[in-house]
Amino acid sequence: MMWRVGTVVALQDETATARTITLKVPDWPGHIAGQHVDVRLTAPDRYSAVRSYSIASAPNSERRVELTVDRLPNGEVSPYLTQELAIGDPLEVRGPIGGWFVWRSEQTEPIQLVAGGSGIVPLMAMIRSRAAVGGAATFRLLYSVREPGAVLYRDELQALSDQNRSVTLIYASTRVAPKDWPRPPGRIDAALIAQTTWPSNLSPTCYVCGPTSFVESAAGFLTAIGNSPDKIRTERFGPTGDRK
Amino acid sequence: MGIISRGFSGRRSAADAKLPPGQYLTTDFPVLSAGPTPHIPLDQWEFVIDDGANVLRRWDWKSFRDLPTETFTVDLHCVTRWSKLGTSWEGVSVDTMLADVKTDASYAMARSYGDYTTNLPLKDLRNGQAWIAFRFDSKDLAPEHGGPARLLVPHLYLWKSAKWVKGLTLMSHDKPGFWENLGYHIYGNPWREQRYSGDE
Repeated sequence: MMWRVGTVVALQDETATARTITLKVPDWPGHIAGQHVDVRLTAPDRYSAVRSYSIASAPNSERRVELTVDRLPNGEVSPYLTQELAIGDPLEVRGPIGGWFVWRSEQTEPIQLVAGGSGIVPLMAMIRSRAAVGGAATFRLLYSVREPGAVLYRDELQALSDQNRSVTLIYASTRVAPKDWPRPPGRIDAALIAQTTWPSNLSPTCYVCGPTSFVESAAGFLTAIGNSPDKIRTERFGPTGDRK
Repeated sequence: MGIISRGFSGRRSAADAKLPPGQYLTTDFPVLSAGPTPHIPLDQWEFVIDDGANVLRRWDWKSFRDLPTETFTVDLHCVTRWSKLGTSWEGVSVDTMLADVKTDASYAMARSYGDYTTNLPLKDLRNGQAWIAFRFDSKDLAPEHGGPARLLVPHLYLWKSAKWVKGLTLMSHDKPGFWENLGYHIYGNPWREQRYSGDE
C-alpha cells in the first residue's frame, strides 16, 4: 500500500490533550467510517516512526481526512502531532486500513456504539456518516470518560442528537460526573449496559472501542445481556497499544 | 523514503536494531481482537485436525495436556506495530500434533472459538516454528491473550497466532482467513513488512 502526502489545512484543539488534524490528501481513494490510517514521521537522519490513528471524519468527496489524536505523556508520535505540527505542513499517510470495524451506509439495523475515552474517534466517523446519509439506522452511543472535560466533539454530538435524533447519547464518567448525568462516577457495569443499550432482541450491531480493559468488560456485558458475539465488533488499544 | 517531518527527531533505542522495520518496542502486552473474548470451559475444549472432509486427529483438554510440552522464549511482532521481545511460553509443538497425520496438504487454516480463522503454509507450522501454547510467563494463558490455548507462530505477524484456537484444517490450496479477507497480507512476514495485501 502506497504512502500519500497530505497537507495540514486545519488544527483544532478538542480537549487539553486531544487535537483534530484536518488533512487534504489529493489522491485520497476514499474511506469507510471506522477505518484508520498509518501516519509516518521522518527525522532528518531518515529515522522514521509510524503509528495508526482512526479517521474521525465521515466519507466525503473533498479528499479530506480528519484525525483526532490524544497526546500520551510518553508518546513518540502523538506529542509531535498535537504540539509541533502546523497548518501547511505535509504529513505522510497510508490507508485507509481495516474492513471489519466499519459502518457502511447500507446497514439499516440499530447500531450500538460504546466508547471509552479516545475510543470515540472511529465511532464519531460512523455517527457523522449516518448524519450525512440520513437513512434508517438508529444509533445509540454510550460514551465513558474520565471526567466531563475529556469528552470529545461534545457540541457536535449534542447538535446531532437534538437536530434529527439520529443518535441518542448516554454519558458515563469514571471519576467526576456532573449532576445532570444519569449516574454517579464509576466504571461501566452490567446494569448500565443493560439499562442504556439497545435491547438485544432488536439484534443491534455493536461497536466497542477503547482501552483493552474497557473493551473487555463492555463486550462481556453486551454478550451477557443476550447480544450475539458475532454482532459485537471491537477495537482495543492497550497502554502502549496501537494508538500511541 | 519518507519526506522529512519538520521538527521531528524521534526516539531511538538500542533495541530498535532487533526489531523488524516499522515496529516499536513495548514491555506490556497489548490485546487486539475483533470481537468479545470467548470463555471456553476446559471440559468443553477440544482441538481437531481435519482435511475439510474428515477428522484426522482430535484431542480433549486432558489428552492434549498429556502430550509432551516445550518451554520456549520468542519475540512477538504485531501488525499494529508493537513488538515484545523475549516472551516465555509453554506449549505443545505443532510438529507433535501433526506427527501421525499423513497429508499432501501444503496449507492450513487455523480455526478458533469465536469463529476467527487465519491461513498459513503448512511448512510454517512445522520444524519447531509453531506451538499450541497454554502458559505465558509461567501462568495459565489468560482468556484475553487467547487462553485456554492459542497458536503461536512467532516468525509471522501475531494475527497469524490465532487466539482460542480449536483446530487446523489442512488444505491443498491457500485460502484467506479472517484478516486476510479484510485487506491484510496473505503471509505476513514482519521482516519483509508484509502488513497489507499488496505489500511485496
